[in-house]
Parts: sequence; structure tokens; C-alpha cells
Amino acid sequence: MSLRASTSQTIGPFLRIGLEWMQIEDLAPQGVAGERVRIEGRVLDADGKPVNDAAVELWQANSHGKYASPEDSQDKPLDSGFRGYGRSLTDDSGTFRFRTVKPGRVPGPDGRLQAPHLLMTIFMRGLLKQLVTRVYFPDEPSNADDPVLSLVPAERRASLIAKKAGDGILEWNVNLQGRNETVFFEF
Amino acid sequence: MKAIPPYRRPYVNTQPEYLFPNYASTVKRAPREPLVVLPHTLSEVTAPVFGFGEIKPTDSDLTRQHNGEPLGERIVVSGRVLDENGRPLPNILIEIWQANAAGRYNHRVDQHDAPLDPNFTGAGRFLTDKDGRYRFMTIRPGEYPWRNHHNAWRPAHIHFSLFGQAIVQRLITQMYFPGDPLLDYDPMFTCVADEKARNRLVSVFDWETTMPEHALGYRFDIVLRGREATPMEKRP
Repeated sequence: MSLRASTSQTIGPFLRIGLEWMQIEDLAPQGVAGERVRIEGRVLDADGKPVNDAAVELWQANSHGKYASPEDSQDKPLDSGFRGYGRSLTDDSGTFRFRTVKPGRVPGPDGRLQAPHLLMTIFMRGLLKQLVTRVYFPDEPSNADDPVLSLVPAERRASLIAKKAGDGILEWNVNLQGRNETVFFEF
Repeated sequence: MKAIPPYRRPYVNTQPEYLFPNYASTVKRAPREPLVVLPHTLSEVTAPVFGFGEIKPTDSDLTRQHNGEPLGERIVVSGRVLDENGRPLPNILIEIWQANAAGRYNHRVDQHDAPLDPNFTGAGRFLTDKDGRYRFMTIRPGEYPWRNHHNAWRPAHIHFSLFGQAIVQRLITQMYFPGDPLLDYDPMFTCVADEKARNRLVSVFDWETTMPEHALGYRFDIVLRGREATPMEKRP
């Protein structure tokens, strides 16, 4: 049996009605193992104007490099209380924010380990389907031979690596267009 | 580690492009640089799991979320969630949202001059059962104007958000109603070239789920991406 996947449609401007009940900006309550990190950023359009109606969703492995998903059969510990899923709806300044733990390394396409990363899925009015991208961590030596980062033209890789801002915050902005357009993936 | 069978890439003309100038908001928001093809690693083929404790029975009956009954025509919206290989997908979180019967959203940015309904929020949630089935009781949403082009009106629709078993199956779409004369004028509905793909966004009237003297039934099946065939195991 072969069916065709349903066509994507825009999330539209009224997403909060349906999605705000499960806004999860703090993914890692006390007791979850791993290095605490805060990721914040803004979603900006072609004119640099904030996008105040985006849903930014995060998916990540736990600090041991294990996904809380039945599809992950690795022999690594799960962390009860850590699902690895976050959802932040941008505010009037276009800002989203997450508190979580730095993920461990997970295997890549050829079995080699990938650098620690977060998978980001972004929806908004004006997008007929989601954008998919990744966030990597600064000062992470394993970025140098990450199998996915290496697919990205070298001069554009910086858009996928969070920057250290004040107060221990990692800043990662989403530029939809322009000179510093964020790298998005065909998923 | 076994090779991970990837998910199928979209069939030609069945998924929208980012830039679609007939839908004016895409112009400043669609990326312009080439996309990078993402291999499907463990990060892409896993997804969060949601539990029944997170969903209440009233979450799927949008007519019973307030003290009184909402105005408008009650409808039952139900269907199945399958993947492209025809496999029913159980335990999939579906979130829906919609306008009220007058075509007004319960949202601060909706300035349409139509009445709010104090008995209607317009949000619902459901976890699919073991056969991938879901069911909502709601009211038929109204059409409403928007400012995309002169005299632009959205056809009646319900927004659907679905998670899959893989994060690359994540889908947000809209369900429309059969025979809606606004469909042909709507840049969202017409955003893909494939007519069959468009028409799969239109629900069908369903006698089987219509409740006598209570509510008309509409069926809306949703297909999420399926995996490529599992690679043949190598013989020792």
C-alpha cells in the first residue's frame, strides 16, 4: 500500500489558541542529569523585524546521548522526567527561550558520533511548511568533524552554532532571509 | 549499529514551496538560500511520546468546555492517521484550533468584526487509538476575511497539528469542508500544483459518524510520511 503524505498548510496567526497549553520552555526539572544550558534567540524576517507569531520546537537527546523515543534502541540510560521536547511561542520581540541540559552525542549516518545538537522545527504565518534546522554548541571540538555540519558550506556554518551571551545564556537567532540567513535543511 | 531506513522525501508537487507570492506573507519569511539536504539520523527518526494523562476527555469535545453550549452547527470530525505505507499510527498527539461559527478566533490579534462566543474557545486535543483513529466533537467554523488581497476570504477550516513517531513526520495542516466555493480563491488551498493532493485536504461528509438528531459527521484521514523500505539485511 502506498499513500501520499498530506499536504502541509501554514500554522497561521492564531496558533496560540491550539498550541499554548503545551508551551514547554523548561525541559529539565531538578534531578535531570547533565550540564544546564539556556538557549535564547529571536526570529527575524527579511527586514530584521521580529516575528511575534512563531512556534519554535526543540527536540534533543538527554545528556547520555539517548532519545526518549521507542525508535532509539541504544543501550544508554533514559532520564525519567526528561522528554527532550520543548515548545516556545515567540513574544512581541520575536524571542523564544529554553532551559535544558546539553545533549550527549548520538550516532550519525555512518555510525560515527555526531556533535551535541538540538533539532529545531519552526512554524509561523507566512510559512506553508515548517523550517527545520539545528543548533550546535560553541567551544565544542566535535563540531569540527560533525557529519551534518560538514554538509553545510563552511561560510554558512556559523548560523548553526549558538554564541555565548551574558549570564550563561547561549544566543541563537533565526534570520529568515538576508546576509546572515540561517541554514535550513530539506528534511 | 543497523543502518537507519530514512523517511520518504515528498512526492513531486504535493508539498508547498516556501516562497509562494500569492500568499503575501511568504515574501518576507521564506528562506532564499538553498536548503541543505538533511540525512535522517537518529535525531530525525525519533520523536517525543505523549501520554494519556496529559489529555482530558473534554479536550476532544469543543462544545463542552464552558458552562453553556456554543452557537453554531455541531459536527463530528473523525478519521485515521496513517503513514505512507498504510500503517495506522497509534498514540499520535493531534492538536486542533479553529474560528467560532461566526468566523472569529478567540485571539487578541483577530480584529474581524464578528462576535466572540463566550462558550467557545476553539481548541482541542486527542491521542489516536491503537488503530490510529481520532474523533472530535465541535461546531462548524465560519469563513472570515483576511487582508492578503482584495476581498480575500478564508474558506471554513480547522487547523490540525500532528506529531509522528519521527520528528520529520511532524505535520501542521488544515482541514476544509466539501463544496466550499471559497476553496478555488484561496492561496493556501491552491499552494500545491497537484490537484489530488489539494483535494485530500477536503473532508468528506460521513453518514456513518453522523449522529441522528444531533450532529453531521465529516471524515478527514491524515497521512504522515512513511519509511523507505527497510534495507535488505546483509547475509553473513
